[in-house]
Amino acid sequence: MSKLTDLNLAQARDGLVSKAFSAVELTQAHIERVEASDKLNAYVLKTPEKAMQMAKASDAKIASGTHGPLEGLPIGVKDLFCTQGVRTTASSKILGDFIPPYESTVTQNLWTDGAVLLGKLNNDEFAMGSSNETSCFGPVNNPYQGANGENLVPGGSSGGSSAAVAARLGVAATATDTGGSIRQPAAFTGTVGLKPTYGRCSRWGVVAFASSLDQAGPITQTVRDAAIMLGSMASFDSRDTTSVARDVPNYEAALTGNIKGLRVGIPKEYRVDTMPAEIEALWQQGMDWLKQAGAEIVDVSLPHTKYALPAYYIIAPAEASSNLARYDGVRYGVRQEGVDIDDMYANSRAAGFGDEVKRRVMVGTYALSAGYYDAYYVKALQVRRLIAEDFNRAYEKCDVLLTPTTPSAAFAVGKEVEDPLEMYLNDVFTVTVNLAGLPGLSVPAGLDAHGLPLGLQLIGKAFDEEQLLRVGEVLETAAGFTTRPNEWWSA
Amino acid sequence: MASNPNLIAGATGDWEVVMGLEIHAQIASQSKLFSGASTEFGALPNSQVSLVDAAMPGMLPVINAYCVEQAVRTGLGLKAQVNNYSVFDRKNYFYPDLPQGYQISQFLQPIVGEGAIEIDLPDGAVKTIGVERLHLEQDAGKSLHDQHPSQSFVDLNRSGMALMEIVSHPDMRSAAEAQAYVKKIRAILRYLGTCDGNMEQGSLRADVNVSVRRPGDALGTRCEIKNVNSIRFIGQAIEYEARRQIDLIEDGGVVQQQTRLFDPKNGETRAMRSKEEAHDYRYFPDPDLLPLEFDQAYVDAIAKDLPELPDDKKARFISDYNLSPYDASVLVSEAENAAFFEAAAEGQDAKAVANMVIGSVFAGLNKAGLAIAESPVTPKQVGQLVGLISDDTVSNSIAKEVFEMMFDEGPDQGKDAAVIVEEKGLKQVTDMGAIEAAVDAVIAANPDKVTQAQERPKMAGWFVGQVMQATGGKANPQAVNKLVMAKLGLDS
Amino acid sequence: MSVDEKTVRRIATLARIGVREEELPALAKELNTIIGFVEQLSEVDTEGVKPFTSPVENTMRWREDAVTDGGYAEQVLANAPAKDDEYFAVPKVVE
Ligand SMILES: [Mg+2]
Ligand SMILES: [Zn+2]
Repeated sequence: MSKLTDLNLAQARDGLVSKAFSAVELTQAHIERVEASDKLNAYVLKTPEKAMQMAKASDAKIASGTHGPLEGLPIGVKDLFCTQGVRTTASSKILGDFIPPYESTVTQNLWTDGAVLLGKLNNDEFAMGSSNETSCFGPVNNPYQGANGENLVPGGSSGGSSAAVAARLGVAATATDTGGSIRQPAAFTGTVGLKPTYGRCSRWGVVAFASSLDQAGPITQTVRDAAIMLGSMASFDSRDTTSVARDVPNYEAALTGNIKGLRVGIPKEYRVDTMPAEIEALWQQGMDWLKQAGAEIVDVSLPHTKYALPAYYIIAPAEASSNLARYDGVRYGVRQEGVDIDDMYANSRAAGFGDEVKRRVMVGTYALSAGYYDAYYVKALQVRRLIAEDFNRAYEKCDVLLTPTTPSAAFAVGKEVEDPLEMYLNDVFTVTVNLAGLPGLSVPAGLDAHGLPLGLQLIGKAFDEEQLLRVGEVLETAAGFTTRPNEWWSA
Repeated sequence: MASNPNLIAGATGDWEVVMGLEIHAQIASQSKLFSGASTEFGALPNSQVSLVDAAMPGMLPVINAYCVEQAVRTGLGLKAQVNNYSVFDRKNYFYPDLPQGYQISQFLQPIVGEGAIEIDLPDGAVKTIGVERLHLEQDAGKSLHDQHPSQSFVDLNRSGMALMEIVSHPDMRSAAEAQAYVKKIRAILRYLGTCDGNMEQGSLRADVNVSVRRPGDALGTRCEIKNVNSIRFIGQAIEYEARRQIDLIEDGGVVQQQTRLFDPKNGETRAMRSKEEAHDYRYFPDPDLLPLEFDQAYVDAIAKDLPELPDDKKARFISDYNLSPYDASVLVSEAENAAFFEAAAEGQDAKAVANMVIGSVFAGLNKAGLAIAESPVTPKQVGQLVGLISDDTVSNSIAKEVFEMMFDEGPDQGKDAAVIVEEKGLKQVTDMGAIEAAVDAVIAANPDKVTQAQERPKMAGWFVGQVMQATGGKANPQAVNKLVMAKLGLDS
Repeated sequence: MSVDEKTVRRIATLARIGVREEELPALAKELNTIIGFVEQLSEVDTEGVKPFTSPVENTMRWREDAVTDGGYAEQVLANAPAKDDEYFAVPKVVE
């Protein structure tokens, strides 16, 4: 173990508690590494002073034996989480220098457990994107570069989070997932991404994209780290009506390594025509690994999979068009004056929103507008039920599902940004999970021909994150993914 | 066409005006519908605003149980269908005092469905007005447009307060009916305690939909007059608007469906100037909330606790106290009035008590600008005074005077009637001998008038007056009348 | 269904997003691509299927009626682009 920044979350935690090093030392090492990471553009706001203060407080708690489960662990926070007194923008110009007078429940849980804030992480504007290129702060570069040294996207929308964890700019990061925004970037960066069951983590204080789909979760180096992070992030929150009143189990304790007799479902509809052979092969490899560990592979069918993306691209924009109506230049954020109030609104929103956000707000407005509501919105909600029912039926035959996380490895910055549909297809394997409200986990499982990370996705039953993580760890161990990006950005 | 007094005469014939009302009633809760901020009236701007009310990013609504209960209570009070499953929708539009950019409301599945109320018309008739629905929704904030030459100011204190929107069927046919409807809704809300009904402070506001048509024709195009905030203004707004539409049509024009404002200063309505782009509210179920559900036991428990409502009270007043329907409806229009009457009527002649309450008490309160709770004369004292009339201790006219002494500021304010009558020697003279002496004296002193009276019996009243005057008003007027007639030989 | 420029203009107005005339053709094209894509849904037989509005199946929790929030006008106004005393200020609205 050469550097403190090489440690994963569990290792750092254990080192702190055993006083092998202090929280100040650990935090300082990460601050320095973050400082030298500007070429990645993962952080949109660094909070080193705050981090050092928090680390000092953590050291005091460790000394007095009153430390929390995440005491002294420096993490990055997606800029979609409102942080009290710390600028929060959702990577949108329209929020300007918005400083929330409140702290999101998820981040509050983390601070209460002792975590240390390194700064706010880049993301696609309002979490709308799959490459982190729609951010008003510019794209994030994947720590992994292309074969010819070209910059690749880190996935999105939690691209800052995935890049930060892959580049060790924090022991872990918070993220959010509306259609794949945790799992797809995790797959693109060789990290672990966990989208919990809808209702597991509070949405209170998280900038909303699509309320019925949004869910917070961690991006981490290991499955164990994801279990530890989720244990802190998850809670029942009476301030969020959609938060589910269930106890938070000890997820780490669920990592027994034992999956004997587990039935792993393979949905045949995920075998899409355009799937590259190497992803197909990796998927097969994943089945073999789980079989070797004692699981049984069963074929299942999710017949409405094909309609998940179209349904998603009605439902998410529809909710977003309404959720983003509050950005009107009146109470916070950026205002562009106009000749009258409507002109002020139109100018502020034209200047404040980027192209993808405008596109989605307009699609959503259209889908909800008179005359189209039934044909588009209601229809999409009906299809959503059929998709959820597909899962229910599949889970009569299996306990978890195994699929690829993405149809490809990370692509070059600028490659897909011109074609919204092409970009949307990134989420083809992940979006069904959000529609059904299920938990999904992406585990780094291999490399493509160019040495770029690829992920496998496990989909669990609602509120069965324990089993999901248990299988994830088995998969992780079997895959033995140890690749690290070469540190071109620090040169 | 005299058969229908509601018809309005135009240059080209008669017109019928048709009205439906949307009443917004603020629920008398401590905190807002979806946030814990206070609902108290009159606080400093933006001081009763939570981060939810200000629609800060990531803020979420959580429903107030009390507001749900009040909506159910009101639904039961309107004898309406209470829906055990309802859904909150977002109504999307932009306005500076609507922080979320949408109002959380109920569209397709409201908490309360069809109901009906009876309104009391001035001629004593009763008419049933259908209630289409009642739904829960958030109030908007307040915009002040006249404080600055180029800016409007926004105060979000009202933003997020709980409203019940009560939508009627287009069943009203005159301004008086619309006014009676609002009064009745207000009475029911106050009886239930679900809304204070204060129109001045805006806790009760009415949007009036007005259209006109030839009698028997299909409904005409309607205009919605927004937020009319007094019963008097509702009448004025309707009359103006109906006349405007009739004149417009008779001049060959067409009524445009539009939203209008009533200006109390000139008694006119005018089209709102804000861009009348086709309203497209893009309603959809609010994904931050789940459906609102409760079981029948919950509704039944609320029903069990319901107070006696105006219509039931009215029926009881008619049957138990033998009151006329009109008197009964006047007394039940406010729960406090009805309670005052009932307390006063205890052990007394109820009809006489009703007359005194509707007459002397209401007139006195009105003149003094007092609420019934502030009446200087207690219900018991009113009852006692009526008792003095019943047992012939005082005459009606003396009772009136005594009431004024009890009511008006002065040495006798608040005193019991019996005490005043005693102190002032106002006891009615019932001693027939004394009355006969007085009658004889007046007849003896006015022989010419006697002759006149025998020719024109109406003159007898003059003698009665003289006798009453001579006895300081204390003689029993019936007895005087009888004697005068007899002595003048006028009794048949 | 295809979205023409007039429709784009209407949607932009509804959504209060200022769009310049010269942006309309490209926007219409993009929206048509997306709407064309989502129109696949019409293939699905959804007869009698209840719309799915939330993954949460519980009934909605209610909170007690108590004043637990508010009383911090400074915080509410702290991020305002324009204010006047304790009011938010906006371009004059003419009703
Ligand atoms: Mg209305
Ligand atoms: Zn309303």
